[in-house]
Amino acid sequence: MTIIHLTLKIWRQTGPESKGSFKTYESGPITTAMSFLEMLDVLNERLILNGEEPVAFDHDCREGICGMCGSVINGTPHGPEKKTTLCQLHMRHFKDGDTLVIEPFRSRAFKLVKDLIVDRSAFDAIIAEGGYVSVNTGGTPDANAIPIPTFMAEQALDAAECIGCGACVAACPNASAMLFVGAKISHLALLPQGQPERSKRALAMVKKMDELGFGNCGNEKYCEKSCPKGISISNIARLNREFMRAAFCSEE
Amino acid sequence: MSWIIKVFRSSIGKKYIMAASGVCLSFFLLAHLIGNSVSFWGKEAYNSYASHLHSLGFIIYILEILLLLLFLIHIVTGITLFIENLSARPTRYAIQTKERNWSASTMPYSGILILLFLLVHLLNFHFITKTVSTAELVKTTLSNPLIASFYLLSLSGLTLHASHGFWSLFQSLGINHPKYNIFLQRGGRAMAVLIGMTFILIPLLIVTTDSFLQ
Ligand code: HEM
Ligand code: SF4
Ligand code: FES
Repeated sequence: MTIIHLTLKIWRQTGPESKGSFKTYESGPITTAMSFLEMLDVLNERLILNGEEPVAFDHDCREGICGMCGSVINGTPHGPEKKTTLCQLHMRHFKDGDTLVIEPFRSRAFKLVKDLIVDRSAFDAIIAEGGYVSVNTGGTPDANAIPIPTFMAEQALDAAECIGCGACVAACPNASAMLFVGAKISHLALLPQGQPERSKRALAMVKKMDELGFGNCGNEKYCEKSCPKGISISNIARLNREFMRAAFCSEE
Repeated sequence: MSWIIKVFRSSIGKKYIMAASGVCLSFFLLAHLIGNSVSFWGKEAYNSYASHLHSLGFIIYILEILLLLLFLIHIVTGITLFIENLSARPTRYAIQTKERNWSASTMPYSGILILLFLLVHLLNFHFITKTVSTAELVKTTLSNPLIASFYLLSLSGLTLHASHGFWSLFQSLGINHPKYNIFLQRGGRAMAVLIGMTFILIPLLIVTTDSFLQ
């Protein structure tokens, strides 16, 4: 097992209104089998033993599926590995003596709560506007009763992989939420079940996204590069089409 | 009617405006390039092109107004997007990612450079009382090394702007398809470089070759 030592520059901020700053810590001995969050756990245990305030960071599943974790490591949300959440990033990708600058996701729409934790409920507010389908209750419908071409099901499932982590907003130079909204709009617009609310959904979710203060997409592709689920910007193009269709051709 | 205003005030609506005005400006750029390329065939051909263009009279006047409107729409919307985008991230990151997308991230700055260039360009060739032929005017103006180097700089900026813009406008309008993406991206960039380099050739030839436009 390899042991490495790192220098960590971590953003510390006691609350939403207080002024934050970077603090430098030595990681101590870290085994390369650890995940990034386990490395922070080790640091926090030491801080607690020393009577210091541990670094606050978000996490839940620690297996890359819940979307809770995420910080910006040396300028890249979720760190340097492609298609990897921070909890699934392992320390073997770093070298002994590396310096890591760890910052929270920065965007006007994601208010900082403490240290590395930001409030991403703006995403929930967008989903509440239309990221759902209405279904009739009653008997269980037959599986495969509605024919769906395989490629469409594939594309819908690719889009549905989005875990709402917010890295796309964090990575975007304009703090735009278009990749997230594009994924959510796409996975419903592609399926028959999503048709009844299709136009209403596109208009309402974009309206909410704008109100919440996210920036405008400049097609710069930073989002796609840092998305841990590999959501493609073709979903942003689909969102642009869906919005156009809803705005100019629907009755809504 | 209020729905139209709502659509074009939305973030995506503003991108439609950028893309649509960008398409029209690109066609203007192409036409302007083809026109100016006549200079490669010598002074007589170039002067004849210029006098034919001016003889269109009223039509040229209408086209100029339309072009001015297009630029205004593109610039005002572009600057609005730029300001909104700045305020969407009040706190900057301490470290920037190393994988920068330069042509895309500099769109507002290359745009402002083009705007400055437009002002200088119009002062050079439009808002001027003409006493000599167009070819001579172009030759004497661009023989000034200061003006020529500003043209080289700005036209490089235009190349940068277009090398992202030509692809970006398709994406903004929702045109993205696995069968065509590679053509749109590479073709867009190639087109931008071709247009930019051909424009750049004119001031470059004027400073380096005495016989050009002589
Ligand atoms: C002949 C000159 C010009 C041409 C051919 C041109 C073309 C384009 C094109 C095709 C786009 C892409 C639109 C999209 O992403 O959908 C674009 C974007 C942009 N243009 Fe221009 N443009 C020109 C001049 C200008 C000027 C003078 C400005 C002045 C500020 C400007 C500012 C911008 C900005 C800020 C964007 C990015 C918008 C965004 O994606 O957020 N452009 N341009
Ligand atoms: S699109 Fe990707 S980066 Fe954005 S929220 Fe979804 S999973 Fe995260
Ligand atoms: S903690 Fe659930 S995705 Fe990282």
